[in-house]
Amino acid sequence: MLTTLHKQLLNDYQHDFPLSARPYQDIADALGVTEAEVLSAFTELNDNNLISRIGPVIPPNHIGVSALVAMSVPEQHLQTVADIISAYPEVNHNYEREHRFNLWFVVIASDTEHLHAVIDSIERETSYPAMLLPMLDDFFIDLGFKLDLNND
Amino acid sequence: MLDETDRKIIQATQAGLPLTPQPYQAIAEQLGLTADDVMMRLSTMQNSGIIRRIGAVPNHYKLGYRFNGMTVWNIPDEFIDEMGQKVGQLEFVSHCYHRPRHPPEWLYNLFAMVHGKTQEAVDQQIQQISDLLGDYNLGSDVLYSTKILKKTGFRTTARR
Repeated sequence: MLTTLHKQLLNDYQHDFPLSARPYQDIADALGVTEAEVLSAFTELNDNNLISRIGPVIPPNHIGVSALVAMSVPEQHLQTVADIISAYPEVNHNYEREHRFNLWFVVIASDTEHLHAVIDSIERETSYPAMLLPMLDDFFIDLGFKLDLNND
Repeated sequence: MLDETDRKIIQATQAGLPLTPQPYQAIAEQLGLTADDVMMRLSTMQNSGIIRRIGAVPNHYKLGYRFNGMTVWNIPDEFIDEMGQKVGQLEFVSHCYHRPRHPPEWLYNLFAMVHGKTQEAVDQQIQQISDLLGDYNLGSDVLYSTKILKKTGFRTTARR
């Protein structure tokens, strides 16, 4: 069950987490609770996997280069192909989606040459063509995602 | 530009800041730096846009947002910036990117991820994007994920 404090931490601290010596104390001061309460509430959110972490969020392509890749793979081969692709350390998301292009993954590499080498290797190993969809422009102003935490 | 120390700080924080009273001090000790140095470098990286934000990263799925759709739209190239900015501002959109077309099989050049607690909520969001785009929408589709096959956090793969 989420407490008021959990909800405040979830919605108000997706950005502007304090860059100070005692950030949890600063949050506690702002919310009128103690540092220990803030730390234990964040620990609960973390332990229950309701947050994946607290930390800096880096937009794509600011460190290294990345591309979204789509493949069309017959259903009976999907798991085999997906396993081959997921085994690459450069692949960090891999989803099955309902579409003719049914396999979608993201490749992150140190530079363009490395990116293309990984994609070439994936195409050779799976024998399916990869459709490359690198980001050309990012329109998202990331202030976090407004969560509706009522009625849970 | 980022130097080696900046990269190490980013790497050390990608698993999350420690949940201890002085998290930057803990990171600093790990890297042989001072806490002030870590905070100053994070602040500089945030000002230059390398870091988009510093904060809690919610797990949408676990918080009840079980329905996510990747919406894709075919927007005339000359209007992609204008339309992309409008869609990117919607509060239920978590990513909004311009990506290349691959005709004839892939004509969609605008991608927007939407998240909702119910299918109806997601359908309404998609309708809202569609209304916003109006005649600039030459065609669209929504791809729902049926299976997460791999999902790991951000990792730097920069060469050392």
